Amino acid sequence: MSDYAYIVLIPLLPLASFVLLGLFGRKYFTKSAGIIGTMALLASTIIALMAAHQYFFVDGKVAGAYHQVIAFKYTWLAFSPGVSIDMGIVIDPISVMMLVVVSFVSLMVHMFSLGYMKGEERFATYYAYLGLFTFSMLGLVLSVNIFQVYLFWELVGVSSFLLIGYYYEKPTAVAASKKAFIVTRFADLGFLIGILILGFYSGTLDISTLIHKLTSVQSPEYIAITTAGFLGASALTWALVLVFIGGAGKSAMFPLHIWLPDAMEGPTPVSALIHAATMVVAGVYLVARLFPVFSMDDTALHVVTYVGAFSALLAAVIACTQTDIKRVLAFSTMSQIGYMMFALGVSKQVGEQGLGYMASMFHLFTHAFFKSLLFLCAGAVIHLVHSNEIKDMGGLRKLMPVTHIAFLVACLAIAGVPPFAGFFSKEEILLAAFNENKLIYAVALFTAALTAFYMFRLYFSIFWSKESAHHDTHHEGTVSMKIPLIILAACTIGVGFIPFAKLVTADGAALETHIDILFSLAPVGLTLIAILIAARLYKQQNGGPQKIADSLGGFYRVVSRKFYMDELYLFITKKIIFPLIGKPIAWIDRNIVDGCMNALASITVKISGGIKGMQSGKVQGYALYFFGGVTLLAILFIYVWK
Amino acid sequence: MLMDFFILLKQELVIVAIIFLLLFINLGKDRSNESLLPLINVVLLLNVLLGFFGSKEGSLFGEMFHTGKLIILEKNILNLATWIISLLSFSWLRTHKHVIEFYILLLTALLGMFFMISSGNLLVLYLGLEMSTIPIAAAANFDLAKRKSSEAAMKMIISSAFSSALVLLGISWIYGVSGSLDFSVILLQGPDSPFRIFAFILLVSGFAFKMSAVPFHLWTADVYEGAPVSVTAYLSVVSKASVVFVILAFLYNAGKAFADTWYHILIVLSILSIIIGNLFALRQNNFKRFLAFSSIAQVGFIFIGIAGSSQVSSAAVVYFVLVYVFSNLAAFGVVALVSAVSGKENISDYKAFYTTNPLLSWVLTIAMFSLAGVPPTAGFFGKFFLLMAGAAKGNYWLIGIAALNMVVSFYYYLRVVKTIFMEENSQPIEKLAIPGASRLALYICLAGMLIAGLASCVYDYIYSISFGL
Repeated sequence: MSDYAYIVLIPLLPLASFVLLGLFGRKYFTKSAGIIGTMALLASTIIALMAAHQYFFVDGKVAGAYHQVIAFKYTWLAFSPGVSIDMGIVIDPISVMMLVVVSFVSLMVHMFSLGYMKGEERFATYYAYLGLFTFSMLGLVLSVNIFQVYLFWELVGVSSFLLIGYYYEKPTAVAASKKAFIVTRFADLGFLIGILILGFYSGTLDISTLIHKLTSVQSPEYIAITTAGFLGASALTWALVLVFIGGAGKSAMFPLHIWLPDAMEGPTPVSALIHAATMVVAGVYLVARLFPVFSMDDTALHVVTYVGAFSALLAAVIACTQTDIKRVLAFSTMSQIGYMMFALGVSKQVGEQGLGYMASMFHLFTHAFFKSLLFLCAGAVIHLVHSNEIKDMGGLRKLMPVTHIAFLVACLAIAGVPPFAGFFSKEEILLAAFNENKLIYAVALFTAALTAFYMFRLYFSIFWSKESAHHDTHHEGTVSMKIPLIILAACTIGVGFIPFAKLVTADGAALETHIDILFSLAPVGLTLIAILIAARLYKQQNGGPQKIADSLGGFYRVVSRKFYMDELYLFITKKIIFPLIGKPIAWIDRNIVDGCMNALASITVKISGGIKGMQSGKVQGYALYFFGGVTLLAILFIYVWK
Repeated sequence: MLMDFFILLKQELVIVAIIFLLLFINLGKDRSNESLLPLINVVLLLNVLLGFFGSKEGSLFGEMFHTGKLIILEKNILNLATWIISLLSFSWLRTHKHVIEFYILLLTALLGMFFMISSGNLLVLYLGLEMSTIPIAAAANFDLAKRKSSEAAMKMIISSAFSSALVLLGISWIYGVSGSLDFSVILLQGPDSPFRIFAFILLVSGFAFKMSAVPFHLWTADVYEGAPVSVTAYLSVVSKASVVFVILAFLYNAGKAFADTWYHILIVLSILSIIIGNLFALRQNNFKRFLAFSSIAQVGFIFIGIAGSSQVSSAAVVYFVLVYVFSNLAAFGVVALVSAVSGKENISDYKAFYTTNPLLSWVLTIAMFSLAGVPPTAGFFGKFFLLMAGAAKGNYWLIGIAALNMVVSFYYYLRVVKTIFMEENSQPIEKLAIPGASRLALYICLAGMLIAGLASCVYDYIYSISFGL
């Protein structure tokens, strides 16, 4: 087995770029920051591709199946005997795949930003943040230890907080970054408790040891964690559901998705990086990483399945009504990640039944390309028209030919039209769903049609519809912005033909798959019909869409307000938590606590004949509380607890 | 034999020597603060460094005084924190008339803490407790021009007198029951009678008072707000840390027989402290009050760690305290500088602080992140280890409540960061000149917050010298 230690360079190069630009960027590299960051990422990407080649085609396969290799492991801290926190690098099919995806998309974003962010005052800072984010994401992907995952998980959160809030003069951006941070924190809470439970029962934090212990039915750890229960579910179920909540927060699954649309306030290339290919799929990756354990527990898998499917459907419905180009893309991301989640949910660990796992990873892979392409195209469009609203666009196909073609390719891919990348991965997902759960299959099919509809609504509204109101003097953007679009468009066409089932599977062994034309008939047919409807409605400007919206009336309004989800959260926090918890506390503070003090004070004052002056009288109250506390504890432990 | 005496007592003896030195300087002719302060700071630095040499395990005065590697480390942490506070107080003390008295008070309190940590006997413990409280109450009065400062001192002395009375009552009951004050003797008594449990509760409540755990916390906010920032920092860091160390040693050694009882007591105190500390911290606008309430919540987390009662928990607690020293002192350092120059102490005064004071803003931000527990700051590791240690008891309700409250605390710590960076202000705090001493202290805290987390040797060392129940 050959040495993979050089892989450590892949995350370290972006880190170096972050340190260099973060410390000295604003002084010395105001102009060259972009080039430095891009070069670092270029090197990372090349190394990642080399590693992928070495693993998949040279020496990763042992006895017909891909093996896990621990390239490097360093015991960073021995917490207690048995439980140690390691930093290391794990090499297996999914981590290698993610390495390629993350470094490649990050490279494209770095390159695109050269033109897009040119002239920004904090140009160097922007690239420093990009470097930090890429480093954290790569570190997360390579983790050998569940604590390492958590550490990088949080770092990803911090750096995305910085990136979303990059335009910190804009109050909406600040609010959005805060929302993203706090909402994902709530989810991370679940993750943290999940880790603690898993760590407690299995006695280790090392992922492969943990999987080993919790997947052998006879092991004492497995017996302990499945027999211990809490509120009717086993500790294993709880741990996995909690871990999944953590993943759902990062991956914007219902009901923790509310931060994603708002996070679109960040610079558009950032959305292409964070909200298309990397951070949002971290949740999927987490479930995939612990999949052997998940596959031991049906309840947890059902949670994954239904949350995923519901999110996919909900987001697709909402996306049909949004008028902000980036928000449409945000909801489509949520919808596609829903696909990946339920594909994992319907999967099993071994053999043919592992189709869902493979399909999920495949879709993650192809989605990374076409979704980041869509975001970058959106960035180019926004760069030109200086607006996010669809109504300000239209007829742009002549002004921006490259963007136009790229966007079309990406739309065809996400809609699942053969032979574009999305078709292959979506087919596998649908097939996996069809084999396991017909209800999920129906939802997935309907969602696929909706996806085609809203994506082409977007496409026609931007590039066709009315004649462009913009003059020819506007340019499509610099060469450095066009190149990534072209490269990503080429990938979007090409990556579907990668024999993914032979490379990335749940158990490492190759899976036989083939495209069944009869099976494909339904989804592709529905997709084409949806595209035709979108073309009919949006290719020329007409009253059609408005009529439909009117005829749907209340329903349309509910959907376009995202099912009033934000209002619901606001209602709960503003109307319930603040007045019902916050205000009473303030009231107790002001009236009861102070009141008690004052009452006590006045009594004491009367008794002792008026000690005034410096003493506010409160101290007696403090003493009373003190004594009350002692008494309470005494009663509790002498009489109640006994 | 005599050599042993000097080596075992070395940290205490050095403090005594420094106090005498200061007294002699005070007797001599008047010196300007400009020449005095650097001298004192250098002496305190020497004190910190001396602590690392010549450690030995053993006991003196018939088991009344214990020392060992962990105890020496704990004293070193306190020495270090005192030195950092002294550096941070530079700009405040420069114009103060009673510099030497101030230091004598702080060092006397420190000496009391040392005896308290090393105590093997309830009497020594009590003496240490008193000795570490009364001088600080006097020091709280050191903003001589401010009425609030005197009020803080009064409140503190009265509250602590009340607490002492109850502690003494507890001690005398314990003596009455077991006929001894030695830890090793009380150790043997089981918790069979309510009488004993009550005595024990009285004792624990005395500790809880010093740590300002809910419901014994009420004095904290007023005293923190009224006292000079340096004294507040001393109270919230050094004083609190010393009691954490004592409670750890006392419960793990003398409290073995009561393990079940104090486990539940700690849980109750911990939940109360975390929730109430957080809820009140949410609404504070005065920076010192804010830090006071947030530190009450931090104490709750420490209790969770202690409740784990294993070697891991002891290590996690000491580690957390070390990290807490750096993070809290960094926050107090910035507040002290701002308050000494501009007199502003409200969070809303810090709007757009970043535009005028980028360095201080970053220090404060990292301190907030560390206190909140955001990686990769050391605070994150500290909190995580505490929860890990607590989780070993399998009490998931507790861990759940604690973790939920971590998120709440995120909200208010982040609010400070947002105020500094993102809110507009037509009149931000002017650009402050940072004295060299304070700058050094802030750099030390910064390094502590970043390195203590990532350098695993720190935790590994603490773990290697820790002990469990």
